[in-house]
Amino acid sequence: MTTATPTVAAGAQKVDGTTSTTAGRVRRRLNSRTATLVSIVIAVVWTIPTFGLLISSLRPEDEIKTTGWWTAFTNPQFTLENYQQVLFGRSSSSGQLASYFINSLAITIPSVLFPLAFAALAAYALAWIKFRGRDWLYIAIFALQIVPLQMALVPLLRFFSTGVTLGGVTLMPAWDLVDEQKFAQVWFAHTCFALPFAVFLLHNFISQLPGDLMEAARVDGATHPKIFRTIVLPLITPALAAFGIFQFLWVWNDLLVALIFAGGGNETAPLTVRLAEMAGTRGSEWQRLTAGAFVSIVVPLVVFLSLQRFFVRGLLAGSVKG
Amino acid sequence: MEFDFADEQPKLLMLMYGLIAFVVVVGGLLLLLDVVPAWFARRREAQLVAASASGAPLPRRSKPREGIFAIFFLLPTLLLLTIGLVVPAIRTLLLSLMNGSSTDWVGLRNYGWMFSDDSMLRVLINTLVWVVLVPVVATAFGLIYAVLVDKARFEAVAKSLIFLPMAISFVGASIIWKFVYAYRGEGDQIGLLNQIVVSLGGEPKQWLLESPLNTLLLVVIMVWIQAGFAMVVLSAAIKAIPGDIVEAARLDGVSPWQMFWQITMPSIRPALIVVAVTLTIATLKVFDIVRTATNGNYDTSVIASEMYNQAFRYGQNGQGSALAVFLFILVIPVVIYQIRNLRQQREG
Repeated sequence: MTTATPTVAAGAQKVDGTTSTTAGRVRRRLNSRTATLVSIVIAVVWTIPTFGLLISSLRPEDEIKTTGWWTAFTNPQFTLENYQQVLFGRSSSSGQLASYFINSLAITIPSVLFPLAFAALAAYALAWIKFRGRDWLYIAIFALQIVPLQMALVPLLRFFSTGVTLGGVTLMPAWDLVDEQKFAQVWFAHTCFALPFAVFLLHNFISQLPGDLMEAARVDGATHPKIFRTIVLPLITPALAAFGIFQFLWVWNDLLVALIFAGGGNETAPLTVRLAEMAGTRGSEWQRLTAGAFVSIVVPLVVFLSLQRFFVRGLLAGSVKG
Repeated sequence: MEFDFADEQPKLLMLMYGLIAFVVVVGGLLLLLDVVPAWFARRREAQLVAASASGAPLPRRSKPREGIFAIFFLLPTLLLLTIGLVVPAIRTLLLSLMNGSSTDWVGLRNYGWMFSDDSMLRVLINTLVWVVLVPVVATAFGLIYAVLVDKARFEAVAKSLIFLPMAISFVGASIIWKFVYAYRGEGDQIGLLNQIVVSLGGEPKQWLLESPLNTLLLVVIMVWIQAGFAMVVLSAAIKAIPGDIVEAARLDGVSPWQMFWQITMPSIRPALIVVAVTLTIATLKVFDIVRTATNGNYDTSVIASEMYNQAFRYGQNGQGSALAVFLFILVIPVVIYQIRNLRQQREG
């Protein structure tokens, strides 16, 4: 994407040089200078709120509460006390965020792996195994993307708490999960909600693999499971990475599903739930909110920045091709 | 008391169980898929051997039964989608026709409540404001920025900075912006917005308490997050415009303004629609921002946050479900529009 720029720009300049006057060239260069300047200014403005939060989280409590973060440049006082407090402090008013951080991890990792594996299998079947009703099934799964997850919340919660009974016969008992076992129902919910998009995205990639490859493998006597494992999986690694990052960011940053299925206690609730609660009940405790917010941001930020390439590719495949 | 790592061990154990379950389920499935066909193949071989030994006619080779594989490949997905999405969605539809504790049928009363209750009307108007403003502003900004940055130096860095909020949770973003909007009655202001107002000679305000301004300020948060998405998709679309078209237009002496409206805009129209539709759907479901920033108070509530409150705080399952169904109904025309566009695109 970025590599295309220099060639286009060079071509444009060449054309300018032959067709326009010196004045025109100067004007164009000024235009491009202005564009650069304006775009940098906007980018900086865009970053200021986050930057202010980061600076504030490093300032002592008294300073945060009485002066603006921009005064830190003229009167620099920095400390890690806020992070110490918000992560490891055990008083109920401090964040205890270390505990919630582990919850976030425990929720996110399986919630990424399960839909990834299931959707890859399903997408392969929908793309390369011939069976009756295949197209209709794909369309049905594709269409499920538009069902807002709000439509599923109340009954799904009831499903976990009371099980399934049909005409007095218990088809499935209640899950009756306590404490950290509730992770299981969060995994379940996230997996269900992620599948339609996951199948769609991976199907986009898998169906574009060269058919000759599959044909050759079949002629050699390879079965579908073998083709899937040895040929398809290695080839769709970038797509798997793209969806993995998507799902990771979505689950880590999710509030609604966690709020309903994980509850609010420090046994299961993730960082987002805790932070939203702190913002509601301790809205003026900025020394904890700023540090807490940054704790929750840092993991997705690292994942995002290191894997941005895959993320953008997935984004474009998911939205433009769709 | 200090943080005690021993308290966290049950969680890690649970995480390990989850991972073991993953390995068992997925590995088991793959193993099953490997073993079953091998078994069939052996049986067929045995049949062939037996048939040739006894001199009987060779059994006709049955058609390869690919469908059986498909069932196994699709089983987990179909099972989960049925239990987790299809059945619950149908039940929500039914619940929306029942009373708060889901014991009696009440017909369409919940829907009547939605459109007559005063506070609900406020919620609907707020949702409308969100749905109109966020896609329009974020798409417009993303487009302008994509065009601007296309010729700029430091393009990659500038784009990353705009794109960065995408990685931040709505909760985190809400806290970031709550800090920008922060208000102090006396002394120095700590919120950037009030500081700017004060330095321009104005009076500081409690921004998030003032309706209808507060809804607009929450919309800003959503735009801040989503503009990066619009920018990345549109920027890719702009770069995909064939270079010779641009060059030909330039040779014809087209001004940048004409270039934008006559070359760029028509070329990226499909991407524009996708971005606007995606943003519209995301905005309809916005919940986290409202919940974190104001908890739906001060006339800022929207459908998704009200749905949560009704169903999970007030125990009004009927009204909550009706709101969820309404959300679903609102999404449908948007999706139909997109599908029609895609079809036109394929035909054209």
